[in-house]
Amino acid sequence: MEPDEPAVRIDGLRHRFKETVAVDALDLVVRRAEIFGLLGPNGAGKTTTIRVLTTLLPPQAGTVEVFGLDVRRRRMAVRRLIGYVPQALSADPALSGRENVALFARLFDVPRAQRRDRTAEVIDAMGLADAADRPAGTYSGGMVRRLELAQALVSAPRLLVLDEPTIGLDPVARAGVWERIHETRARTGMTVLVTTHYMEEAAANCDRVALMHRGRIRALDTPAALVASLQGEAANLDDVFREYTGDDLDGGGFKDVRVARRAR
Amino acid sequence: MSVSLAAPVEPVRLLASRTFALCLVELQKLRRDRTEVVTRAIQPALWLIIFGQTFTRLRVVPTGDVPYLDFLAPGILAQSALFVSIFYGIHIIWERDAGVLAKLMVTPTPRAALVTGKAFAASVRALTQALVVVVLAALLGVSFDLNPLHLLGVAAVLVLGSAFFCCLSITLAGLVLKRDRMMGIGQAIIMPLFFASNALYPVTVMPGWLQVLNHVNPLSYEVEALRGLLIGTHARLLLDYGVLVGSAAVAIVVASAILGRLTR
Ligand SMILES: Nc1ncnc2c1ncn2[C@@H]1O[C@H](COP(=O)(O)OP(=O)(O)OP(=O)(O)O)[C@@H](O)[C@H]1O
Ligand SMILES: [Mg+2]
Repeated sequence: MEPDEPAVRIDGLRHRFKETVAVDALDLVVRRAEIFGLLGPNGAGKTTTIRVLTTLLPPQAGTVEVFGLDVRRRRMAVRRLIGYVPQALSADPALSGRENVALFARLFDVPRAQRRDRTAEVIDAMGLADAADRPAGTYSGGMVRRLELAQALVSAPRLLVLDEPTIGLDPVARAGVWERIHETRARTGMTVLVTTHYMEEAAANCDRVALMHRGRIRALDTPAALVASLQGEAANLDDVFREYTGDDLDGGGFKDVRVARRAR
Repeated sequence: MSVSLAAPVEPVRLLASRTFALCLVELQKLRRDRTEVVTRAIQPALWLIIFGQTFTRLRVVPTGDVPYLDFLAPGILAQSALFVSIFYGIHIIWERDAGVLAKLMVTPTPRAALVTGKAFAASVRALTQALVVVVLAALLGVSFDLNPLHLLGVAAVLVLGSAFFCCLSITLAGLVLKRDRMMGIGQAIIMPLFFASNALYPVTVMPGWLQVLNHVNPLSYEVEALRGLLIGTHARLLLDYGVLVGSAAVAIVVASAILGRLTR
């Protein structure tokens, strides 16, 4: 981890799947300790960007650094710094909640003496203590999300990457997830990179947001400044979103919804 | 100086600790599906009871002074281990679809540890199944050599064979990527592997072309060793173990290299 380097620095990232250009010359800097929201319609390229950042996809062009470490050359070191909650729900249904979290504690070298306590601690913090010894296959969607947060947080990551953490959750569960993210951030000073479709959620929770459309960043600022930049009738981030992506969401037709829903 | 000394130790320690963590988690998962031991024992039981007993009466397979059922039992042992292991290609695609694999790939864990964990799980399943088959065969009157050293050797052979076929299956999964295609492939390779081996009949009765296939089929070396250890027929144990260790090692390396394709 290089001192003074931002949490994430993306320069000229491009990624294409056959004919589809998913990410197109993307530049982005996420500062340390901020909650950064990546917004965009279906198919904008948010998940692809995150998958490059988390070392799942090798970058096809451009450079991506996490705390100054190149994701291509320093893969293992980058992985040590990241906690990742993917877009699709993904706890192992055959393991109990506690076993799911304990596995990640081991995989991130949480010292043996602290493993049990740390595991119990994050499970507690996510409000799962009562369900901890049940198979995760019996959890509701909201519980799985909180379990995934527990898995991602047990290693005390420097960068928490959340791909649509609140999709499919009821309003109470959504608020619960955000509350826990804020709590942990306040305690540890970690950086949070989050994607979402929910404008009001981004406005309420993110320090800065970027609007992404067709693989590029169209606007980037604090939520308040983005709203202010649209003089006149613009009232909220929804309007900003519409302004920059247009009403032509043809990057996000049926096909993209299908791809997004398919578990990755 | 100290750096150059420490450098080679670190990856080895990492691989060992991650492999341990992933094997442990596989045991936790296996603990929950004990019922399957019974259902998976049905097929080998049918082979022994129907095929084995019928062909023992017919006396068409020249097995020397060894009763056909005795000759067949080690072959069925290897077969049941093969069936268990080939399933892991489908299993890994299922884990990919459930999002579990991607999340593991983003932890600082060498791919080889992920693959070895699966190979270990396949081996444990194969061993529990072998226990059922051995007891069943003994009940049917097969006289096994119960020398503890030989039984240990049998366990080692089954572990190596299962590791090989599990990794072969994961490799194929990494090539075809889709669950239904993988099911087809599993079906398509199991029977040729089985019939192009000495599991059902001695090499001497095979046509020339089949003998060639038999020589490159690790299953044949597995069966030869099992037969030598359990019923005392001629076996080139050094060669058999050599082939099994070599092919398991190569399969682990190849499967690790191809695993990343599943999450792209
Ligand atoms: N594995 C893949 N193979 C082929 N095309 C893909 C793949 N993954 C993504 N794409 C395409 O790349 C584009 C960007 O997809 P991506 O998943 O990054 O969008 P997103 O912003 O995360 O969308 P959503 O909000 O729906 O999750 C889309 O057009 C999508 O169809
Ligand atoms: Mg997405």
